[in-house]
Amino acid sequence: MAARRLLPRWAGSLRPVSSGAAASGAYPKRVKVVEVGPRDGLQNEKNLVPTPVKINLINMLSETGLQVIEATSFVSPKWVPQMADHTEVLQGIKKSPGISYPVLTPNLRGFQAAVAAGAKEVSIFGAASELFTQKNINCSIEESLERFEEVMRAAKEASIPVRGYVSCVLGCPYEGKISAAKVAEVSKKMYSMGCYEISLGDTIGVGTPGSMREMLAVVMKEVPVGALAVHCHDTYGQALANILVALQMGVSVVDASVAGLGGCPYAQGASGNVATEDLVYMLNGLGIHTGVDLQKLMDTGTFICNALNRKTNSKVSQACCRL
Amino acid sequence: YNTENRRFPELLANLPEPQASGLPEYIKIVEVGPRDGLQNEKVIVPTDIKIELINQLSKTGLPAIEVTSFVSSKWVPQMADHKEVMRGIERHPGVQYPVLTPNLQGFHSAIAAGATEVSVFGAASESFSKMNINCSIEESIERFEEVTKSARNMNIPVRGYVSCALGCPYEGNIVPDKVAEVSKRLYSMGCYEISLGDTIGVGTPGSMKKMLEAVMKEIPLSALAVHCHDTYGQALANILTAVQMGVAVVDSSVAGLGGCPYAKGATGNVATEDVIYMLNGLGINTGVNLCAVMEAGNFICTALNKKTNSKVAQASFSTATIN
Repeated sequence: MAARRLLPRWAGSLRPVSSGAAASGAYPKRVKVVEVGPRDGLQNEKNLVPTPVKINLINMLSETGLQVIEATSFVSPKWVPQMADHTEVLQGIKKSPGISYPVLTPNLRGFQAAVAAGAKEVSIFGAASELFTQKNINCSIEESLERFEEVMRAAKEASIPVRGYVSCVLGCPYEGKISAAKVAEVSKKMYSMGCYEISLGDTIGVGTPGSMREMLAVVMKEVPVGALAVHCHDTYGQALANILVALQMGVSVVDASVAGLGGCPYAQGASGNVATEDLVYMLNGLGIHTGVDLQKLMDTGTFICNALNRKTNSKVSQACCRL
Repeated sequence: YNTENRRFPELLANLPEPQASGLPEYIKIVEVGPRDGLQNEKVIVPTDIKIELINQLSKTGLPAIEVTSFVSSKWVPQMADHKEVMRGIERHPGVQYPVLTPNLQGFHSAIAAGATEVSVFGAASESFSKMNINCSIEESIERFEEVTKSARNMNIPVRGYVSCALGCPYEGNIVPDKVAEVSKRLYSMGCYEISLGDTIGVGTPGSMKKMLEAVMKEIPLSALAVHCHDTYGQALANILTAVQMGVAVVDSSVAGLGGCPYAKGATGNVATEDVIYMLNGLGINTGVNLCAVMEAGNFICTALNKKTNSKVAQASFSTATIN
């Protein structure tokens, strides 16, 4: 059982530093952190996590100040066994007022099951790569967008907000290079059909500040920056640098996963999601307000890593280990 | 590792024009793995392994490789073989091989062993100076002045390091003006370059910017380098910030060798591979062959029987799960 990790007094970034950087307009004053650990994180963990552990994880995250916690995925358990307990999880968590608990819904059937289970917000997952779409959900980009239209129609009727994800925005495990124009095209379609926010995902973590800047410059011509989020993977260690550039360009919504849960399914043994702790540490140091309590977040990371019997991927957490 | 499964992700990265974004066209990488890296490794590395590591690094295009430290073997047993290493390495034309010399005695010893460049190590924290080298900042400056005087007489360039530039394990917060003051003393006494070290890795882009603004009032930009530790996962974001401000010299350690002596189990130096990956993606020239560095990293990790700390190496050497 790992000892409690405490930020040493010299770490300095427990809370936002009163910094000129945010005030001078170089960075947003506030950033919304979207916590994807319970879904994207756990989905890519090898071991099946028991339902009570998932519920406790989400409940602990609800106490940290996070405003958005992606709870689960209403996808067939044949494809994603880790998310087979989606209904139990969504119904079992303690829903705090002011916190949103979006769930993934790949199609109309999933959407209906999610709403029946009490979902108040859903997400749909597109991609900027044809090959990735084929391999991942067995259809073309165009066909996937048609499926999403069905979800959008139903969501509009039920007044349920929908978040859109675009995968492979900085590179694809099958196609390699992805053109920024393609990313902009898919993002625009999803935004036009009614998604309130588009989360741009560097699915295999190959992006760098250079490619991030180029991609965002093109996408921002089609989608207002206020509706954009970045979802960076840290597979090549570039995530925080990429996020920094996105912030400099005006993006103010960032996805992350507690303890950096979730490896990369395309590079065995490599890391995946960026750790929420490390992101919050950086944002605190920039004087950017997130509302997140870093110590409580680290405690949550410790809990889930103990439950999964694995080490944390968060460097902030590793640095604070007293063992 | 299986060469067929290695992917070369830099091919996926877009290569924008660095000048267009105000970034330096060229960045000098100072490789500190054989000294700073190995010094913080627990296992004593055999002399022939050290020599082989440096020889491999000499073939990668790295312009500067810190070889060893002429410090008493009582204090730093890892560097006890400094003479043998200095004399045993292949010296490639166009590559600098600086060595640490904490005082005049070490300097003379280094010259006798064939050193053609030396480094001195100051700190921006009184407590750190006392705990590390048993004297005040002022006393350490006096010792270094003896070194720089002798070095000047012999036409030996001296590089100056300032530790604790973004935080101290004993004092906590470090005032940027103090960093500027110590840097100025080292520069005025003849150091051609000042490497500003985030010794415990607590810095963030916010504190990096503030510190550099203060130092840049006293030292020309072209004489500045950053030496970031990745203990809190902030290194690449901090380096990016420095590069955006015009800093064109970056220290790093192959395979991220060298843990943090102040946070057990935590990481230390930023990995050279990960830095180069980022700079390649920004279209910045380093002259360094990333694959060759990964090979050297693979060599030393095998010899040390440890996993690499480089995420690029982890991702590239993994057995790819896609065809």
